[in-house]
Amino acid sequence: MISATSFCGVEFGNPLILASGVWGSAASSLARAVENGAGGVTVKSLSLAPRAGHPNPTMVGTKTYFLNAVGLSNPGIEAGKEELRRYKELAAAPLIGSIFAGTADEFAQLAAAVSVSPIDLIELDLSCPNVGREFGEPFAYSAAAIGAITRQVKSATRVPVSVKLSPNAWNIAGLAAAAEAAGADAITAVNTVSGMAINVRARSPVLHNKQGGVSGPALFPLALKCVYDIYERVRIPIIGTGGVTTGEDALAMIMAGATLVGIGSAVYYRGAEVFKKIRAEMEGIMAEEGIKTLDEIRGAAHRACP
Amino acid sequence: MDSPLLLPIARVQPENAQAKTLYFDHALHSQPGQFVMAWLPGIDQKPFSVAYDNGREFGFTVFPVGPLSQALVSLQPGDRVGITGPYGHPFSVKKDRHYITIGGGYGAGPLALLAERAAAAGAQVDFCLGAKTEGLLLFAQRVKTVPNLRVHIATDDGSLGRRGYVTEILEELLLETGAQTRLIAACGPELMEKKVLDLCNEHDVECEISLERYTKCGFGVCGQCCVDPLGIRMCVEGPVVDRETANRISEFGAYHRDKSGTKIRY
Repeated sequence: MISATSFCGVEFGNPLILASGVWGSAASSLARAVENGAGGVTVKSLSLAPRAGHPNPTMVGTKTYFLNAVGLSNPGIEAGKEELRRYKELAAAPLIGSIFAGTADEFAQLAAAVSVSPIDLIELDLSCPNVGREFGEPFAYSAAAIGAITRQVKSATRVPVSVKLSPNAWNIAGLAAAAEAAGADAITAVNTVSGMAINVRARSPVLHNKQGGVSGPALFPLALKCVYDIYERVRIPIIGTGGVTTGEDALAMIMAGATLVGIGSAVYYRGAEVFKKIRAEMEGIMAEEGIKTLDEIRGAAHRACP
Repeated sequence: MDSPLLLPIARVQPENAQAKTLYFDHALHSQPGQFVMAWLPGIDQKPFSVAYDNGREFGFTVFPVGPLSQALVSLQPGDRVGITGPYGHPFSVKKDRHYITIGGGYGAGPLALLAERAAAAGAQVDFCLGAKTEGLLLFAQRVKTVPNLRVHIATDDGSLGRRGYVTEILEELLLETGAQTRLIAACGPELMEKKVLDLCNEHDVECEISLERYTKCGFGVCGQCCVDPLGIRMCVEGPVVDRETANRISEFGAYHRDKSGTKIRY
């Protein structure tokens, strides 16, 4: 049924991977996702220097959406590399090293630094919606900037590189094409979409950062459309992530064209066992529908009758 | 779900020279050892152990240490606080145990609630309380009315009770008989808790310890409060852990992580 999935030459035990940001950057925490059935994990994005992130509240959960503005807190690349090394002692599943920086030079510097760790894939976080002009915004919507950063990172590392894009970009498929032309090995689609929650009795935004990134069920149909559009434009494989909460969601992501499926805020909705639950639901539907492998249905929605 | 509920403060109870308990008329349905997240817009949001909960009213005790707690202790009845929770894995309440609770500083908050619930269930309680000085002791008076409960006090300066550490009282109580039914419950500074764990291992006594880690979301998503090497979240699988789990947490008493995730040694 669900078996190992090859992605950029890396073998994932199953296609369900922990998305960046959930469960942080500590090796023990990431390894626990693998114990709970994740086929691979993505570390919370690392920067050159440690960052404390935003004050609380940094996360809000509701039935229909999840909202966060953690503010890219992380212990910095040096301590981060130690966690990545430790992860490989605790777990066998592939490790994706997510990085973010303010300039193309810094991205390349980080990519080189993280590449000496035992990581299997680098993810470029070019699209965090929560740090305004400091990071993210200057790159998230520019094909030229994404191309330049990707090119520079590719020349600094031999580890495969996936470029993570923002669903706020109206031209996300064009941005994916720019990343591919610059040498990206994969696309991660999508980051959270910019949003806000206001407590009406407090007459105040709930997040300390005021705005944050929306994930959870509300993000799912947007993410699905982004993956669908990107699949039509590029030949490199896609990590489909954004609001996937059930096995049905995960299968839809694969039918839109994803090879790996990121699981993030579903941890909130389904608990630590989410990977096993989604996998079991996928296998249930596959059995009912006579689907033998995921390869058979990848991109199937593009071949549907008009 | 996990979005703050703005609740007005019903009353404010000064507890000692610094601490105040804020009470809310709200059915929280918490268990001893659980916590709420308290939010003041524009300032911050942090976890606070529930110190009182009678099913209709709950309270948490605040020591002024940072911007949020300083703002909280200055609030008046009618002022509103954004509350989410209760969260976390609680202490066990078992009627057939002889509880020895070990509270250091503001760790006495959840233990007072535990002592009340355990005594109400029929358990016997030795309530051990430690602080730097008499004026910083918490809930010494409150628990005096609890049936089947003895209070033991230690202060660093000897201003009330034994001069020394509260763990010295535990060492003596552990020499008394009845070890099979004992349950040691601890909450306080981590090095005090580590000493409690060592003593419980030495005497092979059941224990439950509330282990605090820097908390962001409070509901198991951000990973900030995970402990090595188990990766379990102190906001979900903790803060209260049993002896076996505490023994497997290698960072317990050794280091914790700050809000960036950088390891800080004790």
